[in-house]
Amino acid sequence: MIMNILLISLGGFLGSILRFYISIKLDKRLVGTWLANVTGSMLLGVSIYFHSIHMISDYLWLFLGIGFCGSYTTFSTFGNEVVQLLLMKDYRTATLYIVTSLFVSILVVLTVFVLLGYKF
Amino acid sequence: MPNRLNLYLGVGIGGVIGALGRYAISILFESDSYFPFGTLVANLLGCLLLGFLLNSPLIKNNVSNIVFIGLTTGLIGAFTTFSTFALETVHLAYHHLFLAFVYVGISVLGGIFLSFLGFRLANKRQA
Repeated sequence: MIMNILLISLGGFLGSILRFYISIKLDKRLVGTWLANVTGSMLLGVSIYFHSIHMISDYLWLFLGIGFCGSYTTFSTFGNEVVQLLLMKDYRTATLYIVTSLFVSILVVLTVFVLLGYKF
Repeated sequence: MPNRLNLYLGVGIGGVIGALGRYAISILFESDSYFPFGTLVANLLGCLLLGFLLNSPLIKNNVSNIVFIGLTTGLIGAFTTFSTFALETVHLAYHHLFLAFVYVGISVLGGIFLSFLGFRLANKRQA
Protein backbone atom coordinates (compact mmCIF):
# COMPACT_ATOMS: atom_id res chain seq x y z
CA MET A 1 0.00 0.00 0.00
CA ILE A 2 2.87 2.39 0.84
CA MET A 3 4.40 1.61 -2.55
CA ASN A 4 1.07 2.32 -4.28
CA ILE A 5 0.80 5.68 -2.53
CA LEU A 6 4.38 6.64 -3.40
CA LEU A 7 4.03 5.74 -7.08
CA ILE A 8 0.68 7.53 -7.50
CA SER A 9 2.10 10.55 -5.67
CA LEU A 10 5.11 10.75 -7.96
CA GLY A 11 2.90 10.41 -11.04
CA GLY A 12 0.48 13.02 -9.70
CA PHE A 13 3.36 15.41 -8.96
CA LEU A 14 4.86 15.16 -12.45
CA GLY A 15 1.54 15.03 -14.32
CA SER A 16 0.07 18.16 -12.78
CA ILE A 17 3.34 20.06 -13.23
CA LEU A 18 3.47 19.13 -16.94
CA ARG A 19 -0.16 20.29 -17.40
CA PHE A 20 0.69 23.59 -15.68
CA TYR A 21 3.83 23.97 -17.81
CA ILE A 22 1.87 23.45 -21.04
CA SER A 23 -0.84 25.93 -20.02
CA ILE A 24 1.85 28.57 -19.32
CA LYS A 25 3.82 27.86 -22.51
CA LEU A 26 0.75 28.05 -24.72
CA ASP A 27 -0.46 31.12 -22.84
CA LYS A 28 -4.02 30.07 -23.64
CA ARG A 29 -5.70 27.99 -20.98
CA LEU A 30 -8.31 26.53 -23.30
CA VAL A 31 -5.77 25.14 -25.77
CA GLY A 32 -3.51 23.93 -22.96
CA THR A 33 -6.26 21.93 -21.25
CA TRP A 34 -7.47 20.58 -24.59
CA LEU A 35 -4.00 19.44 -25.58
CA ALA A 36 -3.27 17.87 -22.19
CA ASN A 37 -6.60 16.02 -22.20
CA VAL A 38 -6.17 14.64 -25.72
CA THR A 39 -2.49 13.64 -25.41
CA GLY A 40 -3.11 12.25 -21.89
CA SER A 41 -5.98 10.11 -23.16
CA MET A 42 -3.71 8.76 -25.90
CA LEU A 43 -0.95 7.91 -23.41
CA LEU A 44 -3.46 6.23 -21.08
CA GLY A 45 -4.79 4.13 -23.98
CA VAL A 46 -1.26 2.98 -24.86
CA SER A 47 -0.48 2.33 -21.17
CA ILE A 48 -3.53 0.17 -20.50
CA TYR A 49 -2.73 -1.92 -23.57
CA PHE A 50 0.84 -2.61 -22.46
CA HIS A 51 -0.44 -3.22 -18.92
CA SER A 52 -2.94 -5.76 -20.29
CA ILE A 53 -0.16 -7.76 -22.01
CA HIS A 54 2.01 -7.44 -18.86
CA MET A 55 4.67 -5.31 -20.52
CA ILE A 56 3.77 -2.62 -18.00
CA SER A 57 3.86 -3.91 -14.41
CA ASP A 58 1.16 -3.12 -11.85
CA TYR A 59 3.55 -0.69 -10.18
CA LEU A 60 4.34 1.15 -13.41
CA TRP A 61 0.59 1.30 -14.14
CA LEU A 62 -0.03 3.00 -10.78
CA PHE A 63 2.64 5.58 -11.60
CA LEU A 64 1.86 6.10 -15.28
CA GLY A 65 -1.87 5.35 -15.61
CA ILE A 66 -3.41 6.43 -12.31
CA GLY A 67 -0.82 8.95 -11.15
CA PHE A 68 0.62 10.62 -14.24
CA CYS A 69 -2.13 10.40 -16.89
CA GLY A 70 -4.86 10.89 -14.28
CA SER A 71 -3.31 14.12 -13.03
CA TYR A 72 -1.95 15.37 -16.35
CA THR A 73 -5.51 15.43 -17.69
CA THR A 74 -8.31 17.27 -15.93
CA PHE A 75 -12.07 17.44 -15.97
CA SER A 76 -12.73 20.27 -13.49
CA THR A 77 -10.80 22.86 -15.51
CA PHE A 78 -12.65 21.70 -18.62
CA GLY A 79 -16.04 22.20 -16.88
CA ASN A 80 -15.10 25.58 -15.48
CA GLU A 81 -13.66 26.83 -18.76
CA VAL A 82 -16.95 25.90 -20.45
CA VAL A 83 -18.87 27.89 -17.81
CA GLN A 84 -16.59 30.90 -18.38
CA LEU A 85 -17.29 30.71 -22.13
CA LEU A 86 -21.04 30.41 -21.50
CA LEU A 87 -20.97 33.40 -19.13
CA MET A 88 -19.20 35.40 -21.85
CA LYS A 89 -22.00 34.25 -24.18
CA ASP A 90 -19.41 32.67 -26.47
CA TYR A 91 -21.67 29.71 -27.23
CA ARG A 92 -19.84 28.83 -30.42
CA THR A 93 -16.47 28.33 -28.73
CA ALA A 94 -18.13 26.54 -25.80
CA THR A 95 -19.84 24.04 -28.12
CA LEU A 96 -16.68 23.57 -30.18
CA TYR A 97 -14.62 23.05 -27.01
CA ILE A 98 -17.01 20.45 -25.56
CA VAL A 99 -17.53 18.54 -28.81
CA THR A 100 -13.87 18.42 -29.88
CA SER A 101 -12.62 17.53 -26.37
CA LEU A 102 -15.01 14.58 -26.22
CA PHE A 103 -14.81 13.49 -29.84
CA VAL A 104 -11.04 13.75 -30.31
CA SER A 105 -10.08 12.14 -26.98
CA ILE A 106 -12.48 9.22 -27.47
CA LEU A 107 -11.40 8.82 -31.11
CA VAL A 108 -7.75 8.85 -30.09
CA VAL A 109 -8.34 6.10 -27.50
CA LEU A 110 -10.31 4.05 -30.03
CA THR A 111 -7.60 4.48 -32.67
CA VAL A 112 -4.89 3.39 -30.23
CA PHE A 113 -6.93 0.31 -29.28
CA VAL A 114 -7.59 -0.63 -32.92
CA LEU A 115 -3.96 -0.08 -33.98
CA LEU A 116 -2.59 -2.11 -31.07
CA GLY A 117 -5.31 -4.75 -31.32
CA TYR A 118 -6.43 -4.27 -27.73
CA LYS A 119 -9.00 -6.85 -26.63
CA PHE A 120 -11.57 -5.44 -24.25
CA MET B 1 13.49 32.28 -11.34
CA PRO B 2 12.76 31.04 -7.80
CA ASN B 3 9.24 32.49 -7.79
CA ARG B 4 8.22 30.47 -10.84
CA LEU B 5 9.84 27.40 -9.31
CA ASN B 6 7.71 27.80 -6.17
CA LEU B 7 4.57 27.92 -8.30
CA TYR B 8 5.55 24.64 -9.97
CA LEU B 9 6.25 23.11 -6.57
CA GLY B 10 2.85 24.28 -5.31
CA VAL B 11 1.12 22.71 -8.31
CA GLY B 12 3.12 19.49 -7.84
CA ILE B 13 2.27 19.16 -4.15
CA GLY B 14 -1.39 19.90 -4.88
CA GLY B 15 -1.21 17.30 -7.64
CA VAL B 16 0.05 14.65 -5.18
CA ILE B 17 -2.89 15.26 -2.82
CA GLY B 18 -5.37 15.37 -5.71
CA ALA B 19 -4.13 12.13 -7.26
CA LEU B 20 -4.23 10.31 -3.90
CA GLY B 21 -7.73 11.66 -3.25
CA ARG B 22 -8.88 10.36 -6.63
CA TYR B 23 -7.31 6.96 -5.87
CA ALA B 24 -9.10 6.87 -2.49
CA ILE B 25 -12.44 7.68 -4.15
CA SER B 26 -11.85 4.97 -6.77
CA ILE B 27 -11.29 2.40 -3.99
CA LEU B 28 -14.31 3.68 -2.04
CA PHE B 29 -16.61 3.40 -5.05
CA GLU B 30 -15.19 0.16 -6.41
CA SER B 31 -18.00 -2.10 -7.62
CA ASP B 32 -18.67 -5.04 -9.88
CA SER B 33 -20.71 -2.95 -12.28
CA TYR B 34 -19.24 -1.59 -15.50
CA PHE B 35 -20.34 1.89 -14.59
CA PRO B 36 -17.38 4.01 -13.38
CA PHE B 37 -18.93 5.65 -10.31
CA GLY B 38 -15.57 6.58 -8.79
CA THR B 39 -14.40 8.77 -11.68
CA LEU B 40 -17.87 10.30 -11.97
CA VAL B 41 -17.94 11.28 -8.29
CA ALA B 42 -14.40 12.71 -8.40
CA ASN B 43 -15.07 14.68 -11.60
CA LEU B 44 -18.41 16.12 -10.48
CA LEU B 45 -17.18 16.98 -6.98
CA GLY B 46 -14.04 18.55 -8.46
CA CYS B 47 -16.07 20.73 -10.85
CA LEU B 48 -18.11 22.10 -7.93
CA LEU B 49 -15.04 22.74 -5.77
CA LEU B 50 -13.06 24.37 -8.59
CA GLY B 51 -16.00 26.60 -9.51
CA PHE B 52 -16.12 27.79 -5.93
CA LEU B 53 -12.35 28.19 -5.43
CA LEU B 54 -11.74 30.04 -8.71
CA ASN B 55 -14.50 32.57 -8.09
CA SER B 56 -14.52 33.09 -4.35
CA PRO B 57 -13.14 36.55 -3.48
CA LEU B 58 -12.70 35.30 0.09
CA ILE B 59 -10.17 32.69 -1.05
CA LYS B 60 -8.48 34.80 -3.71
CA ASN B 61 -7.83 37.64 -1.26
CA ASN B 62 -6.67 35.55 1.65
CA VAL B 63 -4.26 32.98 0.29
CA SER B 64 -0.95 33.45 -1.50
CA ASN B 65 -0.63 32.93 -5.23
CA ILE B 66 1.26 29.69 -4.67
CA VAL B 67 -1.45 28.23 -2.41
CA PHE B 68 -4.17 29.37 -4.82
CA ILE B 69 -2.53 27.76 -7.88
CA GLY B 70 -1.64 24.70 -5.78
CA LEU B 71 -5.26 24.22 -4.73
CA THR B 72 -6.88 24.93 -8.10
CA THR B 73 -4.53 23.83 -10.90
CA GLY B 74 -2.70 21.33 -8.70
CA LEU B 75 -5.08 19.65 -6.25
CA ILE B 76 -8.48 19.90 -7.96
CA GLY B 77 -6.89 19.65 -11.41
CA ALA B 78 -5.29 16.31 -10.53
CA PHE B 79 -8.26 15.08 -8.47
CA THR B 80 -10.39 15.16 -11.61
CA THR B 81 -9.36 13.37 -14.77
CA PHE B 82 -10.22 13.37 -18.44
CA SER B 83 -8.08 10.48 -19.69
CA THR B 84 -9.73 7.89 -17.43
CA PHE B 85 -13.11 9.34 -18.39
CA ALA B 86 -12.32 8.90 -22.12
CA LEU B 87 -10.97 5.38 -21.59
CA GLU B 88 -13.96 4.31 -19.49
CA THR B 89 -16.33 5.71 -22.11
CA VAL B 90 -14.74 3.54 -24.79
CA HIS B 91 -14.85 0.49 -22.48
CA LEU B 92 -18.48 1.18 -21.60
CA ALA B 93 -19.45 1.71 -25.25
CA TYR B 94 -18.04 -1.70 -26.08
CA HIS B 95 -20.05 -3.49 -23.38
CA HIS B 96 -23.10 -1.31 -23.11
CA LEU B 97 -23.46 1.51 -25.63
CA PHE B 98 -26.44 3.12 -23.93
CA LEU B 99 -24.61 3.37 -20.60
CA ALA B 100 -21.69 5.05 -22.40
CA PHE B 101 -24.00 7.83 -23.54
CA VAL B 102 -25.46 8.09 -20.04
CA TYR B 103 -21.94 8.33 -18.58
CA VAL B 104 -20.83 11.05 -21.01
CA GLY B 105 -24.12 12.93 -20.57
CA ILE B 106 -24.06 12.96 -16.77
CA SER B 107 -20.33 13.78 -16.69
CA VAL B 108 -20.47 16.70 -19.13
CA LEU B 109 -23.86 18.23 -18.25
CA GLY B 110 -23.37 17.56 -14.53
CA GLY B 111 -19.82 18.93 -14.65
CA ILE B 112 -20.92 22.14 -16.34
CA PHE B 113 -23.89 22.55 -13.98
CA LEU B 114 -21.78 21.96 -10.85
CA SER B 115 -19.01 24.31 -12.09
CA PHE B 116 -21.70 26.96 -12.49
CA LEU B 117 -23.16 26.14 -9.06
CA GLY B 118 -19.69 26.59 -7.52
CA PHE B 119 -19.38 29.94 -9.28
CA ARG B 120 -22.79 31.06 -7.95
CA LEU B 121 -22.08 29.89 -4.40
CA ALA B 122 -18.76 31.75 -4.42
CA ASN B 123 -20.37 34.98 -5.50
CA LYS B 124 -23.25 34.63 -3.04
CA ARG B 125 -20.77 34.54 -0.17
CA GLN B 126 -19.54 37.96 -1.19
CA ALA B 127 -22.94 39.65 -0.98
